[in-house]
Amino acid sequence: MNASFVALTIISVIVAVGSVVGFLARFHHKMDLEQWTVGGRGFGLMLVWLLMAGEIFTTFTFLGASGWAYSRGGPVLYILGYSPLIYVVSFYILPPIWEVGQKHGLQTQADFFQVRYGSTYLGAFVALIGVLCLIPYVQVQLTGLGLIVEVASYGLIPRVPAMIAACVLVAAFVFVSGVRGVAWVSIIKDFLLLFAAIFIGIAIPRIYFGGITSMFAALVHANPTHLVMPGATKDLGHAWYISTVLMISLTFYMWPQYFAASYTARSSRVLRRNAVIMPLYAIAMPLMFIVGFSALLVLPGLSNGDLSLLTIVRKTFPAWLLGVVGGAGALTAMVPAAIQLLTGATLYAKNLFRPILAPGMTDQQVARLARIMVLILTVGALFFAIFTSPSLVSLLLLGSAGVAQLFPGVVLGLYWKRVTTSGIFAGMITGIAIALFLMLTGRNPYLGLNAGFVALCFNFGVTGLVSLLTTVGVTGFDEPFPAIIASSAEEGTPIA
Amino acid sequence: MKPPSLGAVLLGFIPFVATCFSVALWDRVYPIVLGLPFNFFWLILWLLLTPVCMWGAYRLEVTRASGDGRGQGGLR
Repeated sequence: MNASFVALTIISVIVAVGSVVGFLARFHHKMDLEQWTVGGRGFGLMLVWLLMAGEIFTTFTFLGASGWAYSRGGPVLYILGYSPLIYVVSFYILPPIWEVGQKHGLQTQADFFQVRYGSTYLGAFVALIGVLCLIPYVQVQLTGLGLIVEVASYGLIPRVPAMIAACVLVAAFVFVSGVRGVAWVSIIKDFLLLFAAIFIGIAIPRIYFGGITSMFAALVHANPTHLVMPGATKDLGHAWYISTVLMISLTFYMWPQYFAASYTARSSRVLRRNAVIMPLYAIAMPLMFIVGFSALLVLPGLSNGDLSLLTIVRKTFPAWLLGVVGGAGALTAMVPAAIQLLTGATLYAKNLFRPILAPGMTDQQVARLARIMVLILTVGALFFAIFTSPSLVSLLLLGSAGVAQLFPGVVLGLYWKRVTTSGIFAGMITGIAIALFLMLTGRNPYLGLNAGFVALCFNFGVTGLVSLLTTVGVTGFDEPFPAIIASSAEEGTPIA
Repeated sequence: MKPPSLGAVLLGFIPFVATCFSVALWDRVYPIVLGLPFNFFWLILWLLLTPVCMWGAYRLEVTRASGDGRGQGGLR
């Protein structure tokens, strides 16, 4: 049996088992919109933890963390810097987001804006931003998956058929089982990923250098500036680090899929406990860096740093282990892609299509449209992944700077009665315009600061200023407002 | 929406100071601790210390929430 066959068989088995678990998750649950999007708000600590960990550890962190360690060095520490801090922030913002969600039957991030500001158009605008930012994120997952399967099959399976096969599976289990399917596949994925990370993170420096200590000693000797900022880059220094870590940690839960994941929790206490323990999961991250650093010493001069992890695993270990790492990597792409597709489809059907084009739709019809949208978005992301390969990372950066601009609307919406719909609109448009301008004209970092952070500061300023100059409509979640969401549900499912 | 208590916010601020604002103080290779460059050691240490801070914040918020429940006649 040749090596590529062994590795490929193991990858296929892992992906197949993961997908079957995804399908089985629907048992004993009637898949209405509430069950499909937010799991009936019944997830306990364990499933919420799995879902959130599952969607946060993406291919970008799997391949990208080792890739940045390889090609950029010290600046990769920003990942380790923001990892615990996003959960610190989630401790304060997710419980109130959950509470208003429970009270008003919210299922998406755009629902939150629609109800808080009493504006269907603001909700639709937020949904539009969400969908536009999610597509490149799905695309990154698919491209990563294609690379993983290509390298792990020793080039036997080109990336395009691999991406298509994975897309069919992902779309199918999202279509059938919704968010519950995603959470259950995460169990297998997290277990495999932790095993793979711990094993290769310890074994690789041990095999080549005798241990992590001697690997770092060799790297410090060979390249003394690689391990501190700005490492191998010119402009990623301390100001960039602080602004990037601040922006990501504050606005991470503005990604619509992470925002909506909080609605799956059974209680706000589950979310708080989750925030306390989640930083421990990031312990796998430094091991990815260690693999990247080892690869820099063992295999210098790779053209694509993102391939450093897979290349050194392929060089070092037997085919079956490459298969396990490849399978873990493939699921690491599929789980986040699944939740991103589900969120994008729900946002489109519920917050863009229904309010703007077909206000009379029932919840059942929205659920049907959302499922069809999963298939359409999958084809769209697949199309981009196959036909536009360059600068994926820059697309993703654009996406995260884009969703970051939703942060003032959420935080001020929760805690400031004086904030107005016009203020939020003006701030978001300003923030997005500045982020787009700086990033598309190659000004990121700008004056040493993260461009998304600069845009967010302007966003806050404009939101505050315009809010003070305009009259307040809805002042918070406590006052009665026209029940926009309930009105279009007609006699549909009792949501709250 | 009721903001979190001051104590809980201050506890959450500690990890931000330790891993974000103070980067110029700890972003260095030496001293090497447990075989790790100092910046790595420091950030890994805070992966472990952040849950400790947040556990403290959790205790504060839970105690406060149950206290409030009694005070307002269990409105929730």
